Amino acid sequence: MFVASVIIVFCLFLSAEKEAKTNYQMLDSNKDSLKLEAMKRIVAMIARGKNASDLFPAVVKNVACKNIEVKKLVYVYLVRYAEEQQDLALLSISTFQRGLKDPNQLIRASALRVLSSIRVTIIVPIMMLAIKEAASDMSPYVRKTAAHAIPKLYSLDPEQKDQLIEVIEKLLADKTTLVAGSVVMAFEEVCPERIDLIHKNYRKLCNLLIDVEEWGQVVIINMLTRYARTQTFYGSDEDEDEDEEEKEKKAETPAMAKRKPYVMDPDHRLLLRNTKPLLQSRNAAVVMAVAQLYFHLAPKAEVGVIAKALVRLLRSHSEVQYVVLQNVATMTIKRRGMFEPYLKSFYIRSTDPTQIKVLKLEVLTNLANETNISTILREFQTYIKSMDKDFVAATIQAIGRCATNIGEVRDTCLNGLVQLLSNRDELVVAESVVVIKKLLQMQPEKHSDIIKHMAKLTDNIQVPMARASILWLIGEYCEHVPKIAPDVLRKMAKSFTNEEDIVKLQIINLAAKLYLTNSKQTKLLTQYVLNLAKYDQNYDIRDRARFIRQLIVPTEKSGALSKYAKKLFLALKPAPVLESPFKDRDHFQLGSLSHLLNAKAGGYQELPDWPEAAPDPSVRNVEVKDSVRAVGTVTYRDTGALWDLQGPKKKCSFHANVYQPSLYNWALVSMTLHLVLCLQTIAPSSALKNYELLHRITGEGLSVEYCFSRQPFSPDANMVAVQMQFTNNATADTKNLHIEDVKLQSGMRVKEFSEIELLPAGETATAVMGIDFCDSTQAANFQLCTHTRKFFVSIQPPVGELMRPVFLTENEFKKEQGQLMGMNEITEKLTLDMKCRNEHTIVQRVTTAANLSRVPCGSDKECRFAGRTVSSSSLVLVTVATKEEGAAQLTVNCEKMVIGTMLVKDILLALTQ
Amino acid sequence: MIHSLFLINHTGDIFLEKHWKSVIGRSVCDYFFEAREKAVEPENVPPVLQTPHHYLISIYRGKLFFLSVIQTEVPPLFVIEFLHRVADTIQDYFGECSEGVIKDNVVTVYELLEEMLDNGFPLATESNVLKEMIRPPTILRSVVNTLTGASNVGDTLPTGQLSNVPWRRVGVKYTNNEAYFDVIEEIDAILDKSGTTVFAEIQGVIEACVRLTGMPDLTLSFMNPRLLDDVSFHPCVRFKRWESERVLSFIPPDGNFTLMNYHVSSQNLVAIPVYVKQSISFFETGPCGRLDITIGPKQTMGKTVEGLMVTIHMPKAVLSANLTATQGTYTYDLATKVLVWDIGKLNPQKLPNLKGSLTTQAGTPKPEDNPSLNIDLKIQQLAISGLKVSRLDMYGEKYKPFKGVKYLTKAGKFQIYIYMFIFLENLMSYLLFEWLQCVLKHSI
Repeated sequence: MFVASVIIVFCLFLSAEKEAKTNYQMLDSNKDSLKLEAMKRIVAMIARGKNASDLFPAVVKNVACKNIEVKKLVYVYLVRYAEEQQDLALLSISTFQRGLKDPNQLIRASALRVLSSIRVTIIVPIMMLAIKEAASDMSPYVRKTAAHAIPKLYSLDPEQKDQLIEVIEKLLADKTTLVAGSVVMAFEEVCPERIDLIHKNYRKLCNLLIDVEEWGQVVIINMLTRYARTQTFYGSDEDEDEDEEEKEKKAETPAMAKRKPYVMDPDHRLLLRNTKPLLQSRNAAVVMAVAQLYFHLAPKAEVGVIAKALVRLLRSHSEVQYVVLQNVATMTIKRRGMFEPYLKSFYIRSTDPTQIKVLKLEVLTNLANETNISTILREFQTYIKSMDKDFVAATIQAIGRCATNIGEVRDTCLNGLVQLLSNRDELVVAESVVVIKKLLQMQPEKHSDIIKHMAKLTDNIQVPMARASILWLIGEYCEHVPKIAPDVLRKMAKSFTNEEDIVKLQIINLAAKLYLTNSKQTKLLTQYVLNLAKYDQNYDIRDRARFIRQLIVPTEKSGALSKYAKKLFLALKPAPVLESPFKDRDHFQLGSLSHLLNAKAGGYQELPDWPEAAPDPSVRNVEVKDSVRAVGTVTYRDTGALWDLQGPKKKCSFHANVYQPSLYNWALVSMTLHLVLCLQTIAPSSALKNYELLHRITGEGLSVEYCFSRQPFSPDANMVAVQMQFTNNATADTKNLHIEDVKLQSGMRVKEFSEIELLPAGETATAVMGIDFCDSTQAANFQLCTHTRKFFVSIQPPVGELMRPVFLTENEFKKEQGQLMGMNEITEKLTLDMKCRNEHTIVQRVTTAANLSRVPCGSDKECRFAGRTVSSSSLVLVTVATKEEGAAQLTVNCEKMVIGTMLVKDILLALTQ
Repeated sequence: MIHSLFLINHTGDIFLEKHWKSVIGRSVCDYFFEAREKAVEPENVPPVLQTPHHYLISIYRGKLFFLSVIQTEVPPLFVIEFLHRVADTIQDYFGECSEGVIKDNVVTVYELLEEMLDNGFPLATESNVLKEMIRPPTILRSVVNTLTGASNVGDTLPTGQLSNVPWRRVGVKYTNNEAYFDVIEEIDAILDKSGTTVFAEIQGVIEACVRLTGMPDLTLSFMNPRLLDDVSFHPCVRFKRWESERVLSFIPPDGNFTLMNYHVSSQNLVAIPVYVKQSISFFETGPCGRLDITIGPKQTMGKTVEGLMVTIHMPKAVLSANLTATQGTYTYDLATKVLVWDIGKLNPQKLPNLKGSLTTQAGTPKPEDNPSLNIDLKIQQLAISGLKVSRLDMYGEKYKPFKGVKYLTKAGKFQIYIYMFIFLENLMSYLLFEWLQCVLKHSI
């Protein structure tokens, strides 16, 4: 027998060995079909959870295989095992790096996806570079993949956080729906505390929301809930959130009448309006996300709309019902009125799983009030006859809670429960006893008969909790049942040793109380019980016995306390409050895992309280050009026309969309459109481009423009000079203009301008400040303060302003260029704009786009420019070589690759338009 | 977000696992098995479980558990909804979602999972996009594949992901252009023992099967859209048009999809198509009882009721049933105590009746819990709410499509409380009852 089994095991081992070998051979073969077969087998092994890591060398060889399915399966394998075989995994990296440069966007995306999924720390710098590059890719799909890659890299190396935040900031500004969801996801995982990154994108996110894919919608809505809680303001009607009864009381007091009518921030309104249609989503998670947003943010009068949608979800899968009911239970405690019209939707069906039944019961109990209690109790009566005993027990508890909450029906409920005491099922009886005990505590003197009846039950009921409850009742109200109580104690003393611990404790209590009230009859019995307890195995019981003996039996040693024993034991005890387990759960954000578990889950972001004072709404103002584009993004669901599929309709659908935003947005749009037109007419005439820092409407009369003056900033040579022009359009003077609260990326510095003490109405003043951008196009954020107000503003430099001109000769230029080859050289072919075919315009356009100086040269076919970056003095060399018919080639050589790529883009734009 | 996924069959074997981040050992499932044991019925396993280091979120579909492992805060519905989407996708690909089918297509399923999530965040969940990347197996294709060694991975790259209509691919072509819509309504009702309605509502769904060339833009309008009280849409439906004009305007996905779910307001009285006369009683003397059920038509709008079926969950004590049915057949499952009476078509002239005796366990007290009675039925060519589609218009394409609408009414959760006669077995307890009530009346 044993030998046979050994042989079988050995055979199995051999066959496994053989299979592994064939896999090896198949992977090495030239035929794709054999490779595919082998890879399929291997992936099937992985799926079953078997270890296939020993095949790694053979598999990784096939990473560059031409057959697309083999390749895909190799990727699957690689992602699974790279972490275990780091060294070998590195062999595959070059394939993906090549893929990142592929002209096909889908290949670029998939290369980035696999590359970022390989959990090998050595390649962190490569990943970082790839993500940065992909974040500025032309294709939104690749940018989306970049957003997905951010949390992957972050979990691999949290030290990259600062750099990743930069990428997130950039992607947040993206205007396509494809990217929005993924980048907010990355934001939530990497830097949820950097709420300031959202300001500028808030309105755009609200407007895009409806067209983002479902999963992105959930993430964005949850994030915006948190954002709106801290950053927008409406004179919250918080008072009304409290219990409805309390509210009524308050309303009577005259002080309440004076409460200010609340004002709502238009941005807050925008969010509420744009999320509402999503209640109609087919995705339960989206509906729940909107529901919690309304619950946490909407004024009381508007919250009602979510009830219908949530009730609809109760038709869905039972898991969905489970989660929704938990949330509804929490909501019903605060806002009962909202769900009252849907009472019948929470009726229980015999086919519901028990956990759903119990939750529905909870909701029904929360919804019960004087008007509907009779309907609910009638429904409960049917439930008590159910076959599901756990559910029956829950129903009995629910009846108890209704009885305590609604005084009118207390007696009816008690009647019903007493009837249940003769039920044949012990669990039902036990549960009823426990609930009756709680109810009786409210008015014991009326119900001594019930207590007598329950005393009789001690002979039959075995459930410890019920026995303990009965004993407590008899002890507590022994004066109402003076004849029965000692008899019960006698019986209990007999069975003391066989009882459960909670029952034993109550027997001791009963003995003590009887000793105090009726010591004649029970003195010996009490002594006996206490003696038994003294030698019990459980030390709680021994302790209790010792404590009680000292307290009630007067000896010389027992001190002053025994005098008060009667008062101690027979004090009036407050009736228990039967509370819902869902009370106060709403301090967790609804719909979250933490709310469901009623415990903080890892990574949970607290839902902050409303701010005390209104935060500055101007932080969400977007620079002129951007806001037009953001609103101009035509959304599919909003317009009813599909403009990128139906070319001729393009124009009209744009108009349709402009009408769609509210009046508030409409004003913004018309204003910004006007501004754009103004800017466009001014800009070409002056070499220095003016940018707006603060518009006079948001600045309440104060308008600020700035330009990069291209002058060396004398206090610090590593800073870019920014010239600001303040105009006071208001009727009153502005005082003490200065800068505060500068928020910068690490390494950046700011030299503030000296305070402008007075700017009289209608006057203009100029000041120069210096900013060290560290050779990046990161924005410098700060507050511009007057004596009354603060405005959040930010300055973001075009890449061309981050350099200063240097003078080089042609030879020097060529020498330097020779040292900046390879990675540092970027070449692009282009066709010059019709108006830009002569040397003069080329020079003019390049020097407008970037602060560079011309390098003298002999040939008229080539224009060369040179400069150094302001803060690190890296050389920037630009060559524009022209050929026939407007064809040209642009070459940029720069140590800083990021600067180089961005510069190429800017100059290309300048030359082709 | 979602860290790992385990597929577990009803016997507790893990037959597929997929990790989207670093690997998590199978031992994490032990917490789930513990809860599974405690819950007795698979439906009663809590969907969300907390373990020392992870959170487990699971769904139960087609006798399988889809168990996902979570490490940080995430909306539970997000995960649950996604897991159901996985199950839907498997069903869509292979016709059913069962252990056997998944095991047979393990590589395809694994590839699908790989595409659906990236680092735990949903990437492509639209079946149209997925089908472009990984082609669903068909008999013809699998034959061809085995002969030629070709694969079922798409060799063209998916374009759906890139457009802003991700649910439809570009370049769809059909020789027969057709668009069919099925309006299916379900009645959910609870009737009490006397036949009056405790609660009733109608839930409807419009299933579409659209095979149209190119990029058609459809508009579906109703005769009586006011009936619709609450609606939810496929992402392709434009909200604005619905809000302003009450029409469904959309660019349809290719193939089968659910266009819309709706709920008919409960103010409109819900027509109940059948009535049930029933009595179940148990005798004091001898271990037996009687059962008598008759079903008749009530409000059927002149249509025939088909597929009629009655399911009764009997009390535990009922051992066997000896019944005669005037129409159809009945079965009584001893293990689950479920009596199923399959009637078929309802003939108004000759009402179906089921009558006979029940045997209970000797020596045990009479059952006191109420059995419940559930009804299943179908009515063709009728939407019980009265909803009617008025027209379907197509824009954006030149050809004339073939159009059709079908209506169907079904019983959803249709339940009837049963009244049961129980003869009090114990005079003493009866007297105690009376006495108690007396006492209570006095004390109040």
